[in-house]
Amino acid sequence: MNTTILLFLLQDGITNGAIYALLGLALVLVFAVTRVILIPQGEFVTYGALSYAMLATGQVPGTAKLAVAMGLVAFGLDLFSARKSLHSRLVARAVAVDIVFPLAVCLLTYALAGPKTPIAVNIALALLIVAAIGLFLYRIAFQPIAHTSVLVLLIASVGCHLALQGLGLVFFGAEGLRGPALSSVALTAGSLRFTGQSLAVYGLAIAFIVALWLFFGYSLTGKALRATAVNRLGARLVGIRTTLSGQIAFLLASLIGAISGILIVPITTLYYDTGFLIGLKGFIAAIIGGLVSYPLTAVAAILVGVVEAFSSFYASNFKEVIVFTLILPVLVLRSLAAPAVEEEKD
Amino acid sequence: MTQRLPLIVFALVMALIPLVPGIPPFWIVLLDNIGLAALVAMGLVLLTGVGGLTSFGQAAFCGFGAYTTAVLTTAYGVSPWLTLPLSLLVSGIAAVLLGIVTVRLSGHYLPLGTIAWGIGLFYLFSKLEFLGRNDGISGIPPLAIGSYKMLSPGAIYCAIWIAVLISALLTMNLLDSRTGRAIRALRRGHIAAEAFGVHTPRAKLLVFIYAAVLAGLSGWLYAHFQRAANPTPFGPQAGIEYLFIAVVGGAGYVWGAVLGAGIVVILKEVLQSYLPYIFGGQSQLETIVFGILLVMLLQLAPSGVWPWLMAWLPLKAARKRPDTSLTLPARERAPTTSAALLQLDRARKQFGGVTAVNDVSFDVKAREIVALIGPNGAGKSTTFNLITGVLTATGGKIAVLGKDVEDAPPQEVVKLGVARTFQHVKLVPDMTVLENVAIGAHLRGHSGAVASMFRLDRADEAKLLAEAARQIERVGLTDQIDQLAGSLSLGQQRIVEIARALCVDPMLLLLDEPAAGLRHMEKQRLAALLRQLRDGGMSVLLVEHDMGFVMDLADRIVVLDFGTKIAEGTPDAIKKNPEVIKAYLGAAA
Repeated sequence: MNTTILLFLLQDGITNGAIYALLGLALVLVFAVTRVILIPQGEFVTYGALSYAMLATGQVPGTAKLAVAMGLVAFGLDLFSARKSLHSRLVARAVAVDIVFPLAVCLLTYALAGPKTPIAVNIALALLIVAAIGLFLYRIAFQPIAHTSVLVLLIASVGCHLALQGLGLVFFGAEGLRGPALSSVALTAGSLRFTGQSLAVYGLAIAFIVALWLFFGYSLTGKALRATAVNRLGARLVGIRTTLSGQIAFLLASLIGAISGILIVPITTLYYDTGFLIGLKGFIAAIIGGLVSYPLTAVAAILVGVVEAFSSFYASNFKEVIVFTLILPVLVLRSLAAPAVEEEKD
Repeated sequence: MTQRLPLIVFALVMALIPLVPGIPPFWIVLLDNIGLAALVAMGLVLLTGVGGLTSFGQAAFCGFGAYTTAVLTTAYGVSPWLTLPLSLLVSGIAAVLLGIVTVRLSGHYLPLGTIAWGIGLFYLFSKLEFLGRNDGISGIPPLAIGSYKMLSPGAIYCAIWIAVLISALLTMNLLDSRTGRAIRALRRGHIAAEAFGVHTPRAKLLVFIYAAVLAGLSGWLYAHFQRAANPTPFGPQAGIEYLFIAVVGGAGYVWGAVLGAGIVVILKEVLQSYLPYIFGGQSQLETIVFGILLVMLLQLAPSGVWPWLMAWLPLKAARKRPDTSLTLPARERAPTTSAALLQLDRARKQFGGVTAVNDVSFDVKAREIVALIGPNGAGKSTTFNLITGVLTATGGKIAVLGKDVEDAPPQEVVKLGVARTFQHVKLVPDMTVLENVAIGAHLRGHSGAVASMFRLDRADEAKLLAEAARQIERVGLTDQIDQLAGSLSLGQQRIVEIARALCVDPMLLLLDEPAAGLRHMEKQRLAALLRQLRDGGMSVLLVEHDMGFVMDLADRIVVLDFGTKIAEGTPDAIKKNPEVIKAYLGAAA
């Protein structure tokens, strides 16, 4: 092996690892707040990426209409669950969040979409659409069963994944898409070439990790979100609105997913079902991080990316086997380090 | 048994279905698929619903079963019937290897671990040369009896459903036994089960292997049904789908697995065949609708369809009362000597910088009631946990009957005849009072899992249940014997815990706030019971806040404050002790 290959593999691994880190963070975030293991995270990635790619070709992606439709369902659920105590402020909020917001995003997309739309506008539109979908996904699928066991939430999560993946095929078709690069800048250092794209990946990943760490460690809202995760009842008793916490978590997770997608779609072709496997690798990083620690998740994600890069070079057939079995020794170590705590669950 | 009749009816119905004239052959294929899925889901019911261990990897065990027979029958020409035990064995061995790692994972690591090896094995199946890589292995011979080859879906139908019915019967037998109670106690945490001698890692490994063998059986049948094996049906998607089936049907119920398999398989089939007609050719539409329906179903019935269905049916058969004339051999009692039964010598427990128990020494003699009192946070429950092996002491000696137990696990301490109750009640709420109490007699029975599955444990089982019923009668809860423990008042649940502890036939009974939540009359009855136990040769160490109760009952009192023993003596002496008054009421002016 020579140094060039080594460096190249490392670079490749770190770029992928940074994406896994972002997704791992989103998974940790959602799990910590809502106890939902977010399988549809992969769909947020593909929705973000492919919506952006379609917008770049001047088309309006079907996801914009999905956001409106989900908003309508959420509106119905909001009115139904508040039927005993309907007052004007509540209805006004529901109309604003569930109907005006997605409708505005959808209309804006129709108005702005075109072959000459600047990249920044396309990115903003794609992010808004996916954020709306993420928000309503929590409202519709998870809020009514927020009190149930992790297992039931997980199964519901898989149901959402199936539905969203199927819809992805309807919206984007079976063929893969690629999007335009964010910037065409490139730096050369020795034998390595850094594209603007990969630099953006590193920069954003680091920014998000630091921001989330600060947000959860030091801000009151962040602490309220964590409190919701530990004890819903206790959090409600001290005045934290637990449903709002869940919605914020899903909003953030869908945004992070969409950004990851937009970052990688210029590098690799994405298909409607690619997100699942990408999400799973982020998931491994999140598990290694114990579903609680952000910095550890980030480090683990880089590790997963690098291992993947090296094993695809040396044993490409067994790449996935190696990546997924990597996690077992880590799990054992973590279990030994944190010996069984009595769990009161049902 | 009351479970038998519905089973026989169900078996008859299933046997008659293929004989119905004009039944579409396609329905039989569907029923075959339902049976195959039900087998895997049944394992998951035991593993996830009953044992509380969520696994996404069951499809991989189907793969072990299917590939074992595929390789042996095609490459080596072994007869399919000979590969059945081998398929089950390979699945079982794989489960042992994976289980040793997996069941030790705590909390959420466990399901995540199963996802990881589930996916890893899937990719392994699809990359290995001798398993045919992605194409798999085809040309697997059909099952045959003599010259009759089970080629049609109708022929293998019998094999599949006989397997389902036998597995259901064995599973129900297993759950209704000594081992079954240990498994059912797993989900509520391990501390209570271990305090009565259940070896929880072993019980977890047992259900893990059981579920894997059922999956292996399903895989073996699948291979001979499809006559081919490729990696797709053993991948992570399938693993997730099996979990669906179990959860949709009702994760804690054996028949929920069959019902869930029926719902999911038929739903998918209906969606696949009718949706394109309605919406015109859109592929993958069925996954969308399937996903949405699944989420809706969970919102309507979060605990599954089977229990929801059962609530409508008046199928509450009367339970048979255990024959209380059967007895278990009693423990040999220490003669009435003054030798200490329990001895703490400068026992110490530190949590980080906090010293919860600070060099506490006291003893409990035979036929004596000792009370451990002190303000909240004095270290009373921690002392209990040190004695019973739940916590390991940082320093000092703890001896039961002269045998050091400060490093012994709870299972060893209970063998010496030390039984306990918990401050926060640890019963299994969805088991009856009788079953909960019978867990206390766990160490006094001998039948293992296999014996229970084949009902060879009945004599042993009858004695255990008789002992449990007798202890329930002793504490005065006979009227509630068949109620679910979770439906009792908190005070009654504490009494159930005492009955469970009595099933150990203990030398020393440790009671953590037994009188909390009891009414005045109930307290008096409890005090009378404890005196009677002492006179029968038992010693009692109790933590209690009700001073009237303690002063009236205890022979001797030990007072803790901030982890340190501040006084010890007779109730009268303690009442006058200035240190004790200071600890309870603050400094005297």
